[in-house]
Amino acid sequence: MKLSKDNLKRCLGLFLVFFKIGAFTFGGGVAMIPFMEREVVEKKKWIDKDVLLDIVVVSESTPGPIAINAATFIGYKTAGFFGSMFATLGVVLPSFIIILGLSFCLEYVWTVPVVQFALRGIRAGVLALVVKALWSLFKKTPKNTFAYIMIILSFLAVVIFDIKVLIIIISGALLGLAVFFITKKAGEKK
Amino acid sequence: MIFLELFLIFLKLGAFTFGGGAAMMPFLEDEVVSRGWLTAEQFVDFVAISESTPGPFAVNIATYVGSQMGSSEMGGSFFWGVVGAVCATLGLVLPSFVIILLIARFYEKFKSSNLVKGAMTGLKPVSIGLIAAAVVSIGQVVFFPQGFDLSVFISYNFITSLIIFAGMTVLCFRKIHPILIVVFSAILGIGFGYLEKLF
Repeated sequence: MKLSKDNLKRCLGLFLVFFKIGAFTFGGGVAMIPFMEREVVEKKKWIDKDVLLDIVVVSESTPGPIAINAATFIGYKTAGFFGSMFATLGVVLPSFIIILGLSFCLEYVWTVPVVQFALRGIRAGVLALVVKALWSLFKKTPKNTFAYIMIILSFLAVVIFDIKVLIIIISGALLGLAVFFITKKAGEKK
Repeated sequence: MIFLELFLIFLKLGAFTFGGGAAMMPFLEDEVVSRGWLTAEQFVDFVAISESTPGPFAVNIATYVGSQMGSSEMGGSFFWGVVGAVCATLGLVLPSFVIILLIARFYEKFKSSNLVKGAMTGLKPVSIGLIAAAVVSIGQVVFFPQGFDLSVFISYNFITSLIIFAGMTVLCFRKIHPILIVVFSAILGIGFGYLEKLF
C-alpha cells in the first residue's frame, strides 16, 4: 500500500466528489445513488454502471448507512485502501461540520415559541415521511407467509414486548438463514 | 467514561443496522432514548432536522448526540463536544468501513453466498416490522404527547396534528421532496400555534 503521486491525485479527487455528495444530498441513503451515478460513473468514469448497481445491492445487505458503504466501496475500487479512506471522510465531513455547528445552538433555539410551534407541525410531517418510507420498503420486499410472519413478529416484539432491537435483528437473520436452507433442501429433493 | 461509551454504542449501531435511513431509526431510538441521551420528542425533532440538513441520518444523529453528551459531561465545553462527536461518528462509520473493505476484496464470493441471501430473507421483513414500530412510537409523540386519555381525541393538538399528518401523507405519496414536507409542516404548525393563542 503505497501512496504514489497519481494515486494521491485520485484520492483527492475522491475526497472532493464525495464531499460534494455529502454536502448536497438530503435524506441520505438511496437519495445519493443518482448523484453518485452522475459524478462517479458519468463524469469521472472511475467505475462502470454495473459496479454501481452491485454497490447498491451490497450496501443494502451490509450493516451501516448506505452512503458510507457506497463511499468505501467506490473509493476502494478507484484507488485502493487510501481511496476508500478519502471517499468515506469526504462523505461524512459535511454532515459532521453542519450538525456540530447546529448542536451548540439548537438547545437555545428549541425553546423559542415560534420554533416550538413549527416543531409541533414538523413532528406530524416526520410521521408522514416515515409512513411513506415504510410503504416503499414494503412494496420492495417479497410477499410470502414467512415475510408476513416476520413483519408481524418483529412489530409486536418492539411495541408489545419491548424486546431490544439488537436481539430482534439477530434472531431475524438466524430465522431467515434457517428458512432459506430448509426451503433450499426441500427444493433439491424434488 | 462517556467518550468510550459513545464510541461503543455507535459502533454497535453501525454494525447491526441494515438498509440505512428509516430502517436505522428504530434501533437508534431504542439506544439513544433508553439511555436518556435524547427524549422521545427530541428524537423526533432531530429526525426533522436531519431531513432538512444534508448527509445520512445516522451520521447526523451520531454527531449530534456525541457533541451534546461530550460537552454536557465536561461542563459545556466546546472542545469536549467536538471530541464526543468524533468518538460517536467514528464508532458509527468504522464497522461499515471495515466490512465493505473486506467485501470489495472478495466481492464475487459475497454475491453468491447463501449465508448472505439467507440472512437477508429474514432481515428484510424484520426491518419493515421495526419501521412499523417506529411509526407507532413517533405517532405517540405526535398525537399523545401527554399520555393517552379519551379526551385527547377532541384536543386542539390532536386535531391539528391529524390535519398536518393527513396533508403531508398525501404530499409524500406525490413524491414531494422531504425538505418541502418539513417546510410545509413547519408553516402549518406555526399557523395553528398562533391560531390557538388568538382564541
